[in-house]
Amino acid sequence: MTPVSAATIDGLRRIEGRDKVTGAARYAYEQQIEGVATAVAVTSTIAKGRIHGFDAGETLAHPRVLEVLTYENAPRVAEDADSEPELAVLQTSAVAYHGQVVALVIAETLEAAREGARLLAVEYREQTPDVELSDSHPGLYKPDKVNAGFPTDEGTGDPDRALEKADLVVDAVYSTPNDHNQPMEPHATVATWSDDGHLTLYDSTQGAPMAANSVSKILGVDSGRVRIISHHVGGGFGSKGTPRPNVILAALAAQALGRPVKLALTRQQLFTMVGYRTPTIQRVRLGANADGTLTALVHEAFEQSSTIKEFAEQTTTCSRVMYASPNRRTAHRLVRLDVPTPSWKRAPGEAPGMFALESAIDELAVAAGMDPIALRIANEPDVEPETGRRFSSRNLVACLREGARQFGWDERDPTPGVRREGRFLVGSGVAASTYPARRQPSSATARANDDGTYLVRIGAADIGTGARTALTRIAATALDVDPSRVVVEIGDSALPFAMLAGGSMGTASWGSAVVKACRALVEQGGGEVEVDTKEEVAADADLAKHGFGAQFAQVRVDIDSGETRVDRMLGVFAVGKVIEPRLARSQLIGGMVMGLGMALMEEAILDPRTGATVNHDFAGYHVPVNADVTDVEATWIEEEDAELNPMGSKGIGEIGITGAPAAIANAVFHATGRRVRDLPIRLDRLL
Amino acid sequence: MKPFRFERPENAEGAVATLTASGAEHARYLGGGTNLVDLMRLGVETPDLLVDVARLGHDAVRETDGGGLRVGAAVRNSDLARDPLLRTRYPMVSQALLSGASPQLRNLATIGGNLLQRTRCAYFTDTSLDCNKRDPGSGCGALDGEHRNHAILGHSAACIATHPSDLAVALTAVGAEVLVEGAAGERHIPMPGLHRLPGDAPERDTVLDPGDLIVAIQLPPLEAARRSSYRKVRDRASFSFAVVSVAAALQCDEDGTIRDVRIALGGVAHAPWRAERAEEELRGGPATAERFAAAAAAELDQARPLEQNAFKVPLARNLIVTVLADLAGVAA
Ligand SMILES: Cc1cc2nc3c(=O)[nH]c(=O)nc-3n(C[C@H](O)[C@H](O)[C@H](O)COP(=O)(O)OP(=O)(O)OC[C@H]3O[C@@H](n4cnc5c(N)ncnc54)[C@H](O)[C@@H]3O)c2cc1C
Ligand code: SF4
Repeated sequence: MTPVSAATIDGLRRIEGRDKVTGAARYAYEQQIEGVATAVAVTSTIAKGRIHGFDAGETLAHPRVLEVLTYENAPRVAEDADSEPELAVLQTSAVAYHGQVVALVIAETLEAAREGARLLAVEYREQTPDVELSDSHPGLYKPDKVNAGFPTDEGTGDPDRALEKADLVVDAVYSTPNDHNQPMEPHATVATWSDDGHLTLYDSTQGAPMAANSVSKILGVDSGRVRIISHHVGGGFGSKGTPRPNVILAALAAQALGRPVKLALTRQQLFTMVGYRTPTIQRVRLGANADGTLTALVHEAFEQSSTIKEFAEQTTTCSRVMYASPNRRTAHRLVRLDVPTPSWKRAPGEAPGMFALESAIDELAVAAGMDPIALRIANEPDVEPETGRRFSSRNLVACLREGARQFGWDERDPTPGVRREGRFLVGSGVAASTYPARRQPSSATARANDDGTYLVRIGAADIGTGARTALTRIAATALDVDPSRVVVEIGDSALPFAMLAGGSMGTASWGSAVVKACRALVEQGGGEVEVDTKEEVAADADLAKHGFGAQFAQVRVDIDSGETRVDRMLGVFAVGKVIEPRLARSQLIGGMVMGLGMALMEEAILDPRTGATVNHDFAGYHVPVNADVTDVEATWIEEEDAELNPMGSKGIGEIGITGAPAAIANAVFHATGRRVRDLPIRLDRLL
Repeated sequence: MKPFRFERPENAEGAVATLTASGAEHARYLGGGTNLVDLMRLGVETPDLLVDVARLGHDAVRETDGGGLRVGAAVRNSDLARDPLLRTRYPMVSQALLSGASPQLRNLATIGGNLLQRTRCAYFTDTSLDCNKRDPGSGCGALDGEHRNHAILGHSAACIATHPSDLAVALTAVGAEVLVEGAAGERHIPMPGLHRLPGDAPERDTVLDPGDLIVAIQLPPLEAARRSSYRKVRDRASFSFAVVSVAAALQCDEDGTIRDVRIALGGVAHAPWRAERAEEELRGGPATAERFAAAAAAELDQARPLEQNAFKVPLARNLIVTVLADLAGVAA
């Protein structure tokens, strides 16, 4: 395994990069549609209760306001929309959380729609909401399964007894707050119905074909009659993985008005209407022999969902994968509160779970007087702990060693709280990263044009990841032609059905279909082919498939103020074959920076009495800015894995965020001797 | 956004006349609009009339007799921050400006608008929540809600908000004067003195009357300010409001005796907080870390931290001590 250094990184530049920086790339809301009206959503100002009535008099008196839609007059959605309560918008007077949509004001202009929304009076019958998660909440229960279909609880042996008998025990409670996706481009839709009942939606989505299917179900329209076009997407991080209320609202409004309607959610509305990462409270117990060998691993998570929909994040599944231990228990408990519905945010499960697990491992290393890398290596499993399956490839140890070499880990004195540079205490930390490597069936077409170029079509999505460019490379490689001769068309539900950009499965799923189509085309000697990968995916070997990585952080903590700044971050990953180095590096770095935000600043705060998200803008909800990100580098080791997909690749969109918060928290401990177990590591937690 | 009328008068008198004579129930001067327009979008401000005051010719920084500076109210934050005279004579003012907002915002924001920007209390900016400042009598949502970044000094049961301007803190340390043109003519308002403590009228941020127009800021000659600095503590490295900030200036005699000292705190009160007690303690004595600590303690004796922000007391103390120690060149 030869390490790859960032200095040698090159590859294709983003195909649509120039269009994006010059503004030529049209995002959903920027589509110019003749006769389009503008809608603005009005959201609830109570967290629990019922709408008692509306007074739309002043709103409708506004000369440029066209219509106010509420549950009283909005078109009905399909009966079976109950399965998607977040999308059954404007159908009931019940209010389940603060910031839930209660009305839509449609006007000739955005200004008039906003003013109409301001003038709309909504009267409520309010009940006392319950918005606070705790690990002793009487409403806690065991969901049937957790996100992505994982078992809720799982384990082996007798961890309680093993803990009693262990030489070393770590028993600690960690917490993570409400974290928000907040892509730069807000969720936005332009909806148009044709006279013969076809609905066209320009939308910002992570998967046009799947979104079109759900929209057709909600609206009760034949799926052939819904088309979603989504050429450019300004980020999603999971929040655009499924359609959000904006899509249905725009469609209903266009239906009610009989003219095209566009709707963009506001920054504030993105805090309540599009999902977020549940806060978690996690208790981790580790038992070990004096030599650091784990004898027990218990990881229990407490988390929340809304009253209208169950979403149970798979927070502890990482503990079923990471370390060997003869005794193990992992579990999830959920409580339904009067809060917005949580959903996917970059690495659901692994991001918060690895913060707790990798902090606890660091605590064990301290207790054992061992180097945290050596401790991890000592507990490296031969097979996947939960299932006993062989790993298709697992190179965590190589990442740890290579990272240690590049970071200069061996010179580190493990004593905490002793390195002073002026006002600052300096320290470094390490943590592991992991994320599953999966794929899903997709279909694609490939065509050889007369002029020697090729057209590949697939309903994939480029949400800023560079998927369009990576798929071009994959197609060119399979066709054995220069990438300049390949055009890849994506971002449209009218294209061959494909997996959404989610679960770090995009490139693996789409690439499999693209390779199959291109190879078939070569075999056929030209013309056009259409393929899907159902059979291949069904025949995939039943192995443990995961990416791994090691992250290192160096921090300085100001002793006057408790401010923590990250001087340096290094991630070394083992993620199969890297398809486009430039894009891969940017995905990994992006994940690490989001992990920095999770570690140090991101935190949405709910008012305990009203359930309102208090800091619902970018002045109050801090994400890292350039000045926070001084030196972040991501590299990888060459990893061969023939058992994943034709490219030999693992997903890279999410693994970067996993482990980053723990690496930083562990570095803060090393700098200060203070173990911060509650994210974010705000200055007042260190003062 | 509520529809409004927009006027662009020629000069200060015209602006005051336009605003006072308009009969508009809610009229506002418009500087760079970086705060006001945001608040209008949120429905927090609902003016019927906007009077543009960014083009009245108040856009110069001039040296005054005796070595002070007069800064026009419409000077952009970024222009003032890089003014060479300001940087040598009042470095803390330049540093305070540069610690605020982002380059794009500083290019647009005016000095007058900066001083009159409204609090960042989240209950104030969300019209669905209770707030005495926005809606007198509705209650203070922050008091029993989220108030980690609220006041520890000078607050009242009616309002615990802080003033967000960095510039105002540095100008308070300098003892600047605000030149105001109002219906009754011109007035000079000293700083501190422009911003109020909330008392039972938190809807009033300042002592200005409706129609009062800031035309300039006057910085008096101040030898101590040549050795001054601004330190701002925040939740991320840049583009974030202060959790606590300190502007301080120190002038010592050759024997190390403190001749003049100025200290002002930001992020702790409804107004920039001039630490007069601490200054009092220090003047005339030696510049030592122990005395800085004692002075900080004397000032912060008055602090009444709230449930979530007790950390601001030691934070403010640490900052006062290290900023002064750095200026004095002694170890903290
Ligand atoms: C994202 C963001 C981050 C920020 N971060 C910081 C920060 O870290 N530190 C900081 O100090 N500030 C910060 N700010 C605030 C910024 O400094 C102010 O918005 C700006 O200084 C206001 O100036 P303006 O000219 O745009 O004022 P406007 O928005 O035009 O006006 C503000 C108020 O002043 C009144 N006004 C304007 N000019 C006059 C005048 N001449 N006479 C009388 N009244 C007048 C207006 O009527 C209005 O009420 C931030 C702002 C934003 C949006
Ligand atoms: S602190 Fe002041 S501004 Fe904030 S809610 Fe209370 S009254 Fe309003």
